[in-house]
Amino acid sequence: MPCFSLLQSSVPVVILKKLSRGKNNKTKTSRSHRRFYFSPTTRKRITPSQSRHRSQPGRRGAWRPAEGVSARRAPLRSLTVEARAGSVRSSLSFSRSSRPRRSDVTRMSQHAANGLPGRVKLLNVDNMNPNVKRVEYAVRGAIVQRAVQIEKELKEGVKKPFDEVIKANIGDAHAMGQKPITFLRQVLALCAYPELLEDDKFPADAKQRARRILEACGGHSIGAYSSSQGIDCIRQDVARYIEKRDGGIPSNPDNIYLATGASDAIVTMLKMLVCGEGRDRTGVMISIPQYPLYSAALADLAAVQISYYLDEDKCWSLDVAELKRAVDAARQHCNPRVLCIINPGNPTGQVQSRQCIEDVIRFAKDERLFLMADEVYQDNVYAEGCKFHSFKRVLFEMGPEYSTAVEMASFHSTSKCYMGECGFRGGYMEVINMDPEVKAQLTKLVSVRLCPPVPGQALLDLVVNPPQPDEPSYHQFTKERATVLATLAEKARLTEQIFNTVPGITCNPVQGAMYTFPRIALPQKAIDKATEEGLSPDMLYCMRLLEEEGICLVPGSGFGQREGTFHFRMTILPPTEKLKIVLQKIREFHVRFTQEFS
Amino acid sequence: MSPRVESSGGNEKQNRKCSASTKSHSSTRQSPVGEKKMSAMQEISPHVRNMKQLQYAVLAKRASRIKEELRQGVRKPFKELIEVCWGDPHRGGVKPLTFVQQVLAGCVYPQLVDSDKLPVDVRQRAELLLKGCAGGSVGSYTATRGIPEIVHRISEFITSRDGGAPSHPENIYISPGSQWSLMNVLNVLVDGEASPRTGVLTPRPCYLSSNLSMVGLGAVTVPYDLCEERGWELRVEELHGALESAKGVCRPVALYVINPGNPTGHVQSRESMQEVIRFVSEKRLFLLADEVYQDCVYGEQSEFLSYKRVLMEMGPPLSDTVELASFHSASKGFMGECGLRGGYVELVNLDPAVMKCIYKLFSTDSCAPVLGQFALDLLAKPPQPGDPSYPLYREETQHIRSMLVRNVKRVFEVVNGLPGLCCQPVEGGAFAFPRLHLPPEAIQRAEEMGMQPDVFYCTRLLEEAGVFVSPGCEYEPKKGTYHFRFCIMVPEEVMEELLRRLSSFHTQFMKDFS
Repeated sequence: MPCFSLLQSSVPVVILKKLSRGKNNKTKTSRSHRRFYFSPTTRKRITPSQSRHRSQPGRRGAWRPAEGVSARRAPLRSLTVEARAGSVRSSLSFSRSSRPRRSDVTRMSQHAANGLPGRVKLLNVDNMNPNVKRVEYAVRGAIVQRAVQIEKELKEGVKKPFDEVIKANIGDAHAMGQKPITFLRQVLALCAYPELLEDDKFPADAKQRARRILEACGGHSIGAYSSSQGIDCIRQDVARYIEKRDGGIPSNPDNIYLATGASDAIVTMLKMLVCGEGRDRTGVMISIPQYPLYSAALADLAAVQISYYLDEDKCWSLDVAELKRAVDAARQHCNPRVLCIINPGNPTGQVQSRQCIEDVIRFAKDERLFLMADEVYQDNVYAEGCKFHSFKRVLFEMGPEYSTAVEMASFHSTSKCYMGECGFRGGYMEVINMDPEVKAQLTKLVSVRLCPPVPGQALLDLVVNPPQPDEPSYHQFTKERATVLATLAEKARLTEQIFNTVPGITCNPVQGAMYTFPRIALPQKAIDKATEEGLSPDMLYCMRLLEEEGICLVPGSGFGQREGTFHFRMTILPPTEKLKIVLQKIREFHVRFTQEFS
Repeated sequence: MSPRVESSGGNEKQNRKCSASTKSHSSTRQSPVGEKKMSAMQEISPHVRNMKQLQYAVLAKRASRIKEELRQGVRKPFKELIEVCWGDPHRGGVKPLTFVQQVLAGCVYPQLVDSDKLPVDVRQRAELLLKGCAGGSVGSYTATRGIPEIVHRISEFITSRDGGAPSHPENIYISPGSQWSLMNVLNVLVDGEASPRTGVLTPRPCYLSSNLSMVGLGAVTVPYDLCEERGWELRVEELHGALESAKGVCRPVALYVINPGNPTGHVQSRESMQEVIRFVSEKRLFLLADEVYQDCVYGEQSEFLSYKRVLMEMGPPLSDTVELASFHSASKGFMGECGLRGGYVELVNLDPAVMKCIYKLFSTDSCAPVLGQFALDLLAKPPQPGDPSYPLYREETQHIRSMLVRNVKRVFEVVNGLPGLCCQPVEGGAFAFPRLHLPPEAIQRAEEMGMQPDVFYCTRLLEEAGVFVSPGCEYEPKKGTYHFRFCIMVPEEVMEELLRRLSSFHTQFMKDFS
């Protein structure tokens, strides 16, 4: 019995400790000693009076996307909100009763003081912020934690069928052996230790860049705080870069906000936008499959997630009719205000056509939605015939009817493209057509975190202001950049090709970004086995792959997928030779897995 | 409702109601088709809206304009601006530590490790740090808590700081600055939609960003007064009073303390901390201990003790029941590496199930900037006697220490020699927070101009004397009291110039308004 084994494995120590503590602390007995169990599925401590609520079916375990009418399985938050607003709708009444309100929970716990004594922590899962409990981030989830554990076991000499764990779960280029771009690192070293400016080993253009950055830093040190929005001259450089990228469409440095990676900017923007209660609660449209940062942030902010599906059969393309369906259904129970688009797609790797972007913009205008364009993979486009179009450029080329009306934010990062410098946490957003008063609020909000990391800001400056043809570093810089991008393109092709030769795996072309999201056919017996173990079937698949082959992938359920379909996300980042081995191993595993369960 | 509780928090409900009934209904219930303007952003999060607008932002804008004018050669009564608004040593002119700069450069550009440009212990340290990075690059993501080796060294640092009280790596999270950690922990504690709303006891005056973080998450801040007359002492009666004032307004879940104090510069004694610990235990409050200035203690009678240490030394049952989060940072102390954004939180006595949620929450941030993590590593384990870098490191840190001790003394002497100004001894931290006794004429003039009186004073100080300090109202001190805050982490000559300018400005100001 899972509950029992859990108690066996990890709980006794805790209970014993609490028992003895209870004895020492008689004065608190009546208030603080109460009985609790562990939920077999969530491993969270629950009191008996709550277990009744928790054991009902339909409670969210692993995150699952809404299917069909989104109201039916809309994110939990919307249900509670509606319950509070008092709008009685029979289809929701069950779910509503399945989640006790916070105040009820507190009261129940107070009465549950019998049986096993043990001081309940003052901060516990029953009284903590309920939104945080629903946060899940699959790309760093259970499977990754197991991978880390396996690595540790390998180090300790435990025998495994493999020598190393290959972490193809996260878009972490340098971890996979990609070399940093020399010029970027030279300038950053000069910024970190300005004495090196006297060294003749560093090229003149690197020194010039470093001097300019240091000049803009407080006390000429990257160890000083910058302004919360980011260093002025770097924001100017970013604006110029955007203008050049977008064929001269103007960009205002005041609209640029540097951030601690694009994730920080995305979360900040969502935090600004989410408001309202009950049916007025902000709804945010996000693709399925999606990058789980979005679902995590929406859970944390208690926003309503509105899922729209990408069309796997048409190379994960986005169809405006599907957007319309999703928004119409959502208007029944929330206030849709935001549309998030990831282009090039993560995890799906599709690159949107210009036509499609125009359709999306028209849709956003008609439905009065704030557009959030996640464009962090803008340099990662590999497929022939595909080209990156920025939402901003398309918006402005559609004429003033759109370019003066549609409000949007576009996000970019130093972690992807050819740089892959994830560890610096550099990124920015550009806001367009934002109300000045709201912008003031945004400026205030970002000031709480003081400033983005200055080395990340410096790095971003180099990305938007790279060596020019007449500068000494130009040749090496362009060569290194081209090599990285060409290798990625080659690996994108290779991945698609090899996966599509495996019976039971179908894979769309990796047009851009850094991932493949192939569909896997799983035998019914495997699905049954997973259900028995309380896992999603693709989690079972990925766990087995990790244990047997030492390859760490993220199950498709972490990103969302159409019900009954199964996928995984794999990065295309391992070095080509290693990638071939990984693909080969997955192929063998897949055949074995399919045989085992048929 | 008690007057103690912040109005910003109290008004929130009304604001929300108001915005929901006016704006959102008109914008959402009507058919969107045919309307020209989208205005998707008319309405924003009420929590964000409730965050106080920053006074210093206006001053900062003015300050950067003055700097620009000086650059263009506009004549002013001063040649350069003295910026002591932030606790930012490098900006103030304190030289970064060479060892730190060298290790970071070596890590960023590993070719330097193979050259003889850097001392051998620097190269070894850089190599060691890079070994902890995936692919040997500072450009890789790290584990959610931070690079395991660094987290481990931090736990060793805490253990030795706290006289052997054990610290466990799995309770430590590195984040992009300590403020980020604080926000994550607060996020677990505060349910922005709860009714009654979640309360956090905060010092008055209180560091601005922390207060804003709480309001931004939808918490109500419940201030407890620090006793200015007794050197900004924290008195437990005030805590009781604050808790009383929260009745019927919110449900307090946590107590936030800053030790050494910001902006107040007070350092708590062991007895005071013990009282606080007993208080939180009795009232079942989570203790949030902001200890980022732990290396900055100057008072002859003062010593920094961490809350963790005091708690552990109080023994059971307190030591294994009081739930505590303690924050530290690479931004302060002798290192002063604010721009790298490295901080951490250590969590003590938390429920394992809550710890799991905290892990997930931190994981969505991916990881802290790697260079910030490195700075923490160097903070936790600086050069040791015998290392080639040790003599220079020692010289530089000693220099900063004696500079700070001297600055603190000079500020006390000079400021308290000025009529209408009164400064408590700065026992620790990075700031002086003198009280301004403004003449009624000055207060009246400020009101006429629609300014807070201390903002008026600080604006004049900036314009006329080129000294950029932050007005006391940012820290919400007791009503009717005026202060300003300035950073004391500046070279001695800068401090002398600052005090000279302040003295002559202040004297003139008092003359003008009497």
